[in-house]
Amino acid sequence: MADTTVTHTGQAQARPAGLQGVAADWSSDQRAFKNVSWGKAMMWIFLLSDTFVFGCFLLSYMTARMSTRVPWPNPSEVFALHIGGSNIPLILIAIMTFVLISSSGTMAMAVNFGYRHDRRKTAILMLLTAALGATFVGMQAFEWTKLISEGVRPWGNPWGAAQFGSSFFMITGFHGTHVTFGVIFLIIVARKVWRGDYETGRPGFFTSRRGRYEHVEIMGLYWHFVDLVWVFIFAFFYLW
Amino acid sequence: MVDVTPADGVPPAEVAEMELYHPHSWWTKYVFSQDAKVIAIQYSATATAIGMVALVLSWMMRLQLGFPGTFDFITPEAYYQFITMHGMIMVIYLLTALFLGGFGNYLIPLMVGARDMVFPYVNMLSYWIYLLAVLVLVSSFFAPGGPTGAGWTLYPPQAIMTGTPGGQDWGIILMLVSLILFIIGFTMGGLNYVVTVLQARTRGMTLMRLPLTVWGIFTATVMALLAFPALFVACVMMLFDRALGTSFFMPAIVEMGEQLQHGGGSPILFQHLFWFFGHPEVYIVALPAFGIVSDLISTHARKNIFGYRMMVWAIVGIGALSFVVWAHHMYVSGMHPYFGFFFATTTLIIAVPTAIKVYNWVLTLWRGDIHLTVPMLFALAFIVTFVNGGLTGLFLGNVVVDVPLSDTMFVVAHFHMVMGVAPILVILGAIYHWYPKVTGRMLNEAMGQFHFWVTFLGAYLIFFPMHYIGLMGVPRRYNELTATTVMTESAHDLNAFISIMAFLVGFAQIVFLFNLIWSIRHGREAGGNPWRATTLEWQTSETPPAHGNFGKELPIVYRWAYDYSVPGAKEDFIPQNMPGSFGSSREPA
Repeated sequence: MADTTVTHTGQAQARPAGLQGVAADWSSDQRAFKNVSWGKAMMWIFLLSDTFVFGCFLLSYMTARMSTRVPWPNPSEVFALHIGGSNIPLILIAIMTFVLISSSGTMAMAVNFGYRHDRRKTAILMLLTAALGATFVGMQAFEWTKLISEGVRPWGNPWGAAQFGSSFFMITGFHGTHVTFGVIFLIIVARKVWRGDYETGRPGFFTSRRGRYEHVEIMGLYWHFVDLVWVFIFAFFYLW
Repeated sequence: MVDVTPADGVPPAEVAEMELYHPHSWWTKYVFSQDAKVIAIQYSATATAIGMVALVLSWMMRLQLGFPGTFDFITPEAYYQFITMHGMIMVIYLLTALFLGGFGNYLIPLMVGARDMVFPYVNMLSYWIYLLAVLVLVSSFFAPGGPTGAGWTLYPPQAIMTGTPGGQDWGIILMLVSLILFIIGFTMGGLNYVVTVLQARTRGMTLMRLPLTVWGIFTATVMALLAFPALFVACVMMLFDRALGTSFFMPAIVEMGEQLQHGGGSPILFQHLFWFFGHPEVYIVALPAFGIVSDLISTHARKNIFGYRMMVWAIVGIGALSFVVWAHHMYVSGMHPYFGFFFATTTLIIAVPTAIKVYNWVLTLWRGDIHLTVPMLFALAFIVTFVNGGLTGLFLGNVVVDVPLSDTMFVVAHFHMVMGVAPILVILGAIYHWYPKVTGRMLNEAMGQFHFWVTFLGAYLIFFPMHYIGLMGVPRRYNELTATTVMTESAHDLNAFISIMAFLVGFAQIVFLFNLIWSIRHGREAGGNPWRATTLEWQTSETPPAHGNFGKELPIVYRWAYDYSVPGAKEDFIPQNMPGSFGSSREPA
C-alpha cells in the first residue's frame, strides 16, 4: 500500500469539475474518492460514526436537562474559580478551551512540516500538541477534583438536578478519554517521525506495513475532530 | 504492480498493489490470521456456535409454553432469561456477526477484486474483540444470579431492578459490557468493509457493476456504523445507572415499598436510543439478505437480475428510510399522537422500495431457466417468507391496528417471519451456494433437500399458528398461560403443536451442521465454478482461494455481474473478467 494518495497513471487524469466531477468519480472504477488514501477514508468514516456517538450523548444530556423538574445548577456559578477575591465564571473552561484550540494550530503546522519531510520540526510540533492535550486533560482532572470536593457525584450534587453530575462526568469523561488516546497516538507517531520511519520505510510493529508522512495528517484529522467536539460540549454544557 | 497501459478501454490502475502480511507460522496463518477469508470463517464458526446456544434456549421456551408445569427447572425467572438471551444472541451475535463479519469478510474482497480488506490487522482485531464480547455474554450464564432477564430490548427501569433476573446481580452488567465490546469490534470491521468497497475495487469494477451482495452488505455496514452509536450510548448510560447509581433512565420509583435512590430520569429516552439503533438493525440484517438472494436467484435462474439499478437504489433508499421509522416500535409508550402519525407514514413508505425488490425478484424468475438446487430453494423460500412477514408488518405499522396487537404473540410471529426465518433462510442458502468455494467440495444434496424442506415447512408450521394465537390476544413474554381466559383449550393444543415443530426444525439444523462437517471430506469435488456463475469469486485460479485471493494479476472487470443467458453468446454465462463483447448484454448503459 505504498502511497495510495498518488495516482499511478503516469499522466494526470482529466476530470470534470464541480458536481459533474463528483458524479464522474462515483461512477468510475477502483475508487469513489479519487486521491484519498485508504487510511484517510477510514479515519473520515470513523469520525462520522464517532459524531453519532457524541451526538447521542449530547442529545441525551439535553433531553435530561429539559425534562427534569428539579432546577439545573447554574454553570456560571458552578464552574467559577475564586481568584483575587472575586468569582470569575468559566475562567478555567476558557483557558482549557484556549489550550485545546491552540493545540489544533500546532497540529496543523506539524502536518505542514510533515509533508515537507522536516522531521525535527514535525516531531517537535507533534510533541507540543501532545503537551497541550495533556495540559487540557490535567486541567480537566483539576476541575473534576474541585467539583468532587464540593460534593458533586454522578448520582447527585448539592445544587439541583442529579443529572447534572451524571451528564458532566459522562460527557467530559468520554471526551477526555478521546483526548488521552489522541495524546498517546501523537507521541507514537512523533516517535516514528523522529526516528525517520517514514523515510526508511520501516515496517510497523503490529501491522508490518510501511508508514507515510500522511499518517501525521490522519492523526491531525482525529485531533481536530476532538477539538471540534469540545466546542459543542463547551457551548451546550457550559454556556447554556 | 499492474501494467499501466489501458486495455480494452479499462482505465489504468490508480493504486499500487496492496502490501500483504505473509504469515510465518501456524499461529499467524490459522489463528491470529490477517486474511479476511480466515477471519470470515472464524466469525462464522463463532456465530454458529453461539447461535446453537440460542437454538437450545428457544427449545427451553417452547418446552415451557407447549407443556406448562411439566418442567420444574424452567422457573419464571429462567424463562425470562431464556427469552432475553435467545433474542439478543440471534439478532446481534448471530445474524449481524454472520452477515457482516462472516459473509462480508469472505465475499467483499473477492467480489470487488481486492487482495484483502484494506486494513487486515484491524480486521483481525475486530474478530478477537467480537470473540471477547461473546465470551463475556456466555460468562453471564455462570455468574451469580444468571444472565439478565430484561427482555432483549432491555427496557429500563425494570432491566436494573431487583424483580428482574440479573437486574441487581451480574447479568445486566455483563450484557451491557458485552454489547459495548461488540460495537467496538464491529466498528473496526465495519470501517474495513466500507473502505474496501469504496476505495479498493479492481480495474473496471464500478459501483454499478458490483454484485448486489456487495451492495447489500455495504449499505448495511454504513447503517450499522451510524446506528450502533445510539446503542453504545444507551449501554453506557444504563451501565452508569446500574453501577454508579445515576438516573439517566430511572424515574422516581418505589420498589418493595421502598423509595429507590433514583429519580428524574426518562425511560422513554432509552426507548428512543434503543430503537434508533433497533430499527436500522432490522435492515442491517435484511439488506445483506436482499443482496445475497438477488445473486442466488439470478445465478440459479440463469437470468440477469431484473432492474439492477432499481435494486441498488431500493437498497440505498431502504437504508436511508430506516433511520426515520424507529418510533413505530413505541406506539404504546405514550408519545404524542402526531409522532405516531409521522412514524406510521414513514413506515408505510418503506413498503415501496421493498415491494420494488420483491417484484424484481419475481420478474427475474419469470421465464428463467430455473434450477431447483438447494440454494435456489432457500432463495425462493425467502421470497415467500419475506412477503408473509412484510404483510403482517403493514398491520403493525398502523397505529390503530398496532395498539391491540402490541405485545401479543402476533408481534412475535411477525418479526420471527420477517427478520428471523427470512434472513436465516438466506444464510442457509448462501452457505450451500458458497461452501464449494470455501472448501472445494459440494454439500451433500440429499441432506440439503431434507434440511430445506423440514426447515421451510417447519418454520411455517411454527409461526403461522402463532399469528392466530396472537390475534386471540395471548400476550408475549408470559411463561405460564394455562390459567388465562384468552387461552382456550384448542389454542393450547396449538401451542403444544408449535413446540413439537420447533424441536423438529431444530433437529434439521443439527443435520445441517453434520453435513457441513461431513462434506469437508466426503463431499463431491466442486471445481472452481460449480454454479457457472459470473462474479469474480468464482474466477479465482485456486479453490479455495489462496492468500491474496487472485493469482499474480488482479482480475480486470469488463461487464456487470449478471450476464446470464446473453442472446448470441456461446455459454449461458459470461464471467465479469472475460474481455470482449458477446451477443446483446442487458447491462444498463
